[in-house]
Amino acid sequence: MLLLLVQAFNGLQFGVMLFLMAAGLTLVFGIMNVVNLAHGSLYMVGAYVCAETYVATHSFLLAIPAGLLAALATGVIIEIGIFRALYTRDHLDQVLATFGLTLMFNDLVRIIWGSDAIYATVPKFLAGQVVIIPGAPYPAYRLAIIVVGLAVAALLYLIIARTRYGMIIRAGASNRVMAGALGANIVVLYTVVFALGALLAGLAGLMAGPIFTVASGMGDSILILAFVVIVIGGIGSIRGAFIAALAVGFIDTMGRAYLRPLFGLFLPSTAADNAGPAVASMLIYIVMAAVLFFRPQGLFPPRMR
Amino acid sequence: MKAKWLLAAGLLPLFATHASAADKVKIGLITTLSGPEAVMGNPMRDSANLALSMLGGKIGGLPAEIVFGDDQQKPDMGRQQAEKMLKKDKVNFITGMLGSNVLLAVYRQVIGAHTILISANAGPHQLAGKMCSPYFFAMGSQNDEAPEAMGHYLIAHHVDDVYVMAPNYAAGHDMISGFKRTYKGKIAGEVYTTFGQHDYQAEISQIRAAKPKAVFVFYPGGMGIQFVKQYAEFGLKKDIPLYSVYTVDPGTLKAEREAALGNYDASFWGADLDIARSQQYVAAFTKKYHYTPPNYGAVTFDAIFAIDSAVKAVHGDLSNKKGMIAALEKANFPSVRGNFAFNTNHFPIENFYLFTVVKTADGKESLKKRETIFTAHKDAYASECPMTKK
Repeated sequence: MLLLLVQAFNGLQFGVMLFLMAAGLTLVFGIMNVVNLAHGSLYMVGAYVCAETYVATHSFLLAIPAGLLAALATGVIIEIGIFRALYTRDHLDQVLATFGLTLMFNDLVRIIWGSDAIYATVPKFLAGQVVIIPGAPYPAYRLAIIVVGLAVAALLYLIIARTRYGMIIRAGASNRVMAGALGANIVVLYTVVFALGALLAGLAGLMAGPIFTVASGMGDSILILAFVVIVIGGIGSIRGAFIAALAVGFIDTMGRAYLRPLFGLFLPSTAADNAGPAVASMLIYIVMAAVLFFRPQGLFPPRMR
Repeated sequence: MKAKWLLAAGLLPLFATHASAADKVKIGLITTLSGPEAVMGNPMRDSANLALSMLGGKIGGLPAEIVFGDDQQKPDMGRQQAEKMLKKDKVNFITGMLGSNVLLAVYRQVIGAHTILISANAGPHQLAGKMCSPYFFAMGSQNDEAPEAMGHYLIAHHVDDVYVMAPNYAAGHDMISGFKRTYKGKIAGEVYTTFGQHDYQAEISQIRAAKPKAVFVFYPGGMGIQFVKQYAEFGLKKDIPLYSVYTVDPGTLKAEREAALGNYDASFWGADLDIARSQQYVAAFTKKYHYTPPNYGAVTFDAIFAIDSAVKAVHGDLSNKKGMIAALEKANFPSVRGNFAFNTNHFPIENFYLFTVVKTADGKESLKKRETIFTAHKDAYASECPMTKK
């Protein structure tokens, strides 16, 4: 039973990371109606700049703002330079352009930092373990990810639900044309939303750095998961992204931990050994397919009028 | 008369190109040169270049060129590279082959073209047994062997409750079946993870709950770095010792650092072996590239010298493939492994050692040989190979 709790904790940590990625993606898609495949590149930029600064200065506290700033700056530059030309185009053009951006960024980091992966270490002050569940000490760094992730989720909720700017963002998500007609400066709104999304992706990237591999193309796999999250949660909905991210985190973790033993109950052991990891890696896509079938608009779509 | 001249003139360039092709030895080297697994592929490239420069840029006395191809650790990319090397570069030998999945994908294609294929790492069991071929040599080891050594060691030291893990692909299954061949104790859990997985927290939590006496894993390259780091990060290392194969090597150790301290790894080669040829290689490599080479590099180094010995034996006649194969079978080249011979299935007969990670005087982590587990060890599949029966 305790093990189940431990795995739930693992799922929460993964889910929180996914939320940071998905939040930016869902805002950009929901409000600006842009399919942004380059979102994973912002995650990569955050991770690289943070890891490189950390290696160079040995200060994680200095590396955090460096990574965030780099992701933010990259986001603003590509929004002004490229995305503004894409808003009026259809989704196919956007997919092509942003996919091109992904390829460009992947090669750019190879040119700047080389094709070898970077392995940053966990900062000293977060290196140990914390005992929350008896008998299962949890790494302090991963706990910090959970705390930061939940805090950012709460902050996002406050900004979007309680502030004037949040109101404009919600208005933009519900009906862009009407929001513009009512006097919201759509051009500035777009840049701000995009920058916010870039910041969140950069944050997810820099936190992932010390526990994952920092390598060219690292954003691609998590981007796919982030798309799964926003499809399940309902495109444009922060609340949906939050719940779906946690759900995907839980389902993936539980699948990896319990699917093989489950298959072992009714399959011969070699078949279960092969099918267990294979189905575990497909599980969230199966869930997404089910959601698309029964509720194509997602679980918590933003209200449209 | 006129037609004859025309014909001769037409044939002339054909002879010319044929002559120039035979003047030069071309070796194709396919390995992983980008992404997290490049930590294993790069030393292969560097060692091949080192070997060629030590040979004065010549193989068997002929000018030589090595063509490199990045398989990105994908079997289909490996096939593309092999296709290009066979058809466009017209290479005389293909070597490299970091991943068993890539080797199995290109095997038929290369062997079918009657090109000598020398794996400088991967040794899937199929190719040691039923699918063996005169055109194929494995320079490293058969996949099952290092785990066999580790299983043998654990049982000899009464560690009889072990949790085993590997990635879900050809070599992963080979490694675990090799381990189980010699390890006869209790298997506390047997888990295969998705190839290329980054995060192991779910699996590590399961290990902790199972409370085994030891954990045995095979996680090569980037996967190994992640696993070893996270295993330490979750605080399991101090309670449950970690035994591995191809998981801790000088390349991955640079990233694993203290997380790997005290871990055990079984292999047929390590940079600190007391073998003159090996020390010569390590010194030359470190001087040129400023890092300690892993076994992947050492084997590639051997592979280039093996090719050199084969071309020498046929006096540069690259069309004499039978002669080159016969020469390779003799393993008449100085190996970093000291005593080295090929078995009837063209897989090595060699020693296996236990290494452990220690901190050296300069504060860096390094692999140190603890003991020899197997001497002149042969793989378990040679009897299934048709070449053995004749």
